[in-house]
Amino acid sequence: MSPAQIIWLKLRRNRTAMFGMVVLIGLYLGALFAGFLAPEHFATQHREHSWHPPQITQVHLWDDAGTFQGPFVYGTKRVHPSISEYEEDRSVVVPIDFFVRGDTYSFLGLFDSTLHVFGSADPKRPVFLLGSDQFGRDIYSRLLYGSQISLSVGIIGILISMSLGLLLGGVAGYFGGRIDFGLMRIIEVLLSIPSLYLILTLRQAFGQGLTSSQTYFMIVLVLAFVGWAANARVVRGMVLSLKENDYVTAAEALGVSRLRIITKHILPNTWSFAIVTATLYVPYYILSEVALSFLGVGIQEPDASWGNMLRDAQSVRNLTDYPWVLAPGFFIFLAAMAFNYLGDGLRDATDPRSKA
Amino acid sequence: MWVYVARRLLAIPPLLLAVSFITYLLLYVAPGDYVTHLKENPAITEEALGELIRKYGLDGGFWTRYGHWLANAVTLDFGYSFKYDLPVFSLISERLSNTLLLSVTSMIAAWSLAIPLGVLAAVYQGTFIDKIAGFLAFFGLSIPRVFYALLAVLFAAKTGWFPTGGMRDQIEWDGFTPWERFKDVTHHLVLPVFVIATAEMASHMRQMRAQMLETLGRDFVRTARAKGLGFWTVVWKHAFGNAVNPLVTQFGYSLAALLTGSFLVEVVFSWPGMARLTVDAVFSQDEPLVMASVIMATVMLSVGNLIADLLLAAIDPRIRLE
Repeated sequence: MSPAQIIWLKLRRNRTAMFGMVVLIGLYLGALFAGFLAPEHFATQHREHSWHPPQITQVHLWDDAGTFQGPFVYGTKRVHPSISEYEEDRSVVVPIDFFVRGDTYSFLGLFDSTLHVFGSADPKRPVFLLGSDQFGRDIYSRLLYGSQISLSVGIIGILISMSLGLLLGGVAGYFGGRIDFGLMRIIEVLLSIPSLYLILTLRQAFGQGLTSSQTYFMIVLVLAFVGWAANARVVRGMVLSLKENDYVTAAEALGVSRLRIITKHILPNTWSFAIVTATLYVPYYILSEVALSFLGVGIQEPDASWGNMLRDAQSVRNLTDYPWVLAPGFFIFLAAMAFNYLGDGLRDATDPRSKA
Repeated sequence: MWVYVARRLLAIPPLLLAVSFITYLLLYVAPGDYVTHLKENPAITEEALGELIRKYGLDGGFWTRYGHWLANAVTLDFGYSFKYDLPVFSLISERLSNTLLLSVTSMIAAWSLAIPLGVLAAVYQGTFIDKIAGFLAFFGLSIPRVFYALLAVLFAAKTGWFPTGGMRDQIEWDGFTPWERFKDVTHHLVLPVFVIATAEMASHMRQMRAQMLETLGRDFVRTARAKGLGFWTVVWKHAFGNAVNPLVTQFGYSLAALLTGSFLVEVVFSWPGMARLTVDAVFSQDEPLVMASVIMATVMLSVGNLIADLLLAAIDPRIRLE
């Protein structure tokens, strides 16, 4: 059996790790097909339905007369025109249809589509599964679109910082001498600044008024720049002992180039460390994006990210009157927990001392 | 030992120099200019502006500016904050003490929960107590601090038992006696400390439990029990001292990590500490303030790391610092 197969066998028996993996697959599929799964576009507003409470528990199949209607919700109307408080209007039935036409979105970036897996049959009466925000935007839809940003920042950020960490750590450990000394001092300086302070200062250097794709790119860069140092330090330590192996001396004697020795002979030995660390560190990137956007220097309105959606919860009044603004928090929690479970499982599975 | 301490202390100034250089460079290349903000401020007269520009070399290029900043910073003069209309140093020192108050209280709370719980979970391995402790650890490790803090604010607002933010009663404070002030600050501390401590405690408790489990299985524990010593005597007098050793390092590092860990909790609870100050400074491009916050945060982190190393050296006879 190949090492990967052995790890998979061990991992498959670990219930919590598998739970984490299933949750993650679900979350990432949700992000991938956000446009299709979300009934509305993230910026679509229904100002007359601002702060509408969640209707997910209000979905009925049979109406008051006992006839089967298929899934539907009762219409709602404001108690008073100027107050965001709603009461059910049981005379109006708003059916929830499947495969409805609605806002245009790009399906996986391949083609534009208007087909949504479900949605209200009446465009004037949207269904807010998880409630709406102050502009009457559907929180469920924004959560799905937001996950595209929040979840991908984690993956891209860790890919960049892990590659940088492996390469620079490998170079420092293998060559030693001045390169090693210089790199280690840089790493020490980076690690001696508390990360959020460093992130905020770096963020400052990019200035205000970025477009949304620039902001996204900036966040990934900032997080990767802050994150590579810790990885590089560990990798350097591993390489220091790995380079004493006979096969490295053999490769050197055969005249293999030094870069090739690092990438082909030394670094492959660190892959289990890389995978486990990467998995355990993704939540850190997700949470950093959340922190930046929550503080208002990350993803900007009207774009949705889990962090900037949580900004609505910063006012105590919103929190008490419209507690569903906390919904993104549950998803951040879920994602962080799933990555922790999977990472723990991977660590056990890649440990050669643990039994299959 | 003292040689080691001196060497470690001597390593801090060059580190701070490097950190200040990088930070200044980043702020320098950032679009937007601090001087423009100063000029826009009607509270600053033409004369005062000229004075500031001259003193901090604000009309020069990068090296002039940085040189002036450095020369002033060595004398603990970190410049002037236009946002707060105050010298940065007095502003920072007040906020820093507030942050320390929150962080140190949280850390004490976290460790005084983590150690007994970890020991109990190990002693009663597999029982109800262990399961509760395991659940708490899992919860604390996974829950995002922002979310946790927001839930706590919601709790405070719904029950009215605790203030939803701040550090003191804004209205009554001036009329309070010292005792009432103490009670008021404590009242404001409870929730943020609870949030940070229960989240922070998780990993410490897990490690305490693991260490204790390992130690309880060792021969000398069995020998002590065989000699007829009471169970709890063995646990606390024989096993605990050995098991707690590796946690001492963690204690020092947790001191350093708390600064980042409490950042968002401070923001959510509008705690008048370093976090809010730094965020505001970044928002309003208040360069001297950003510089000073980063430097102060770095100092705290370095001191935390130093304490960690010293504690370990003090407690572990195998480590000799020459």
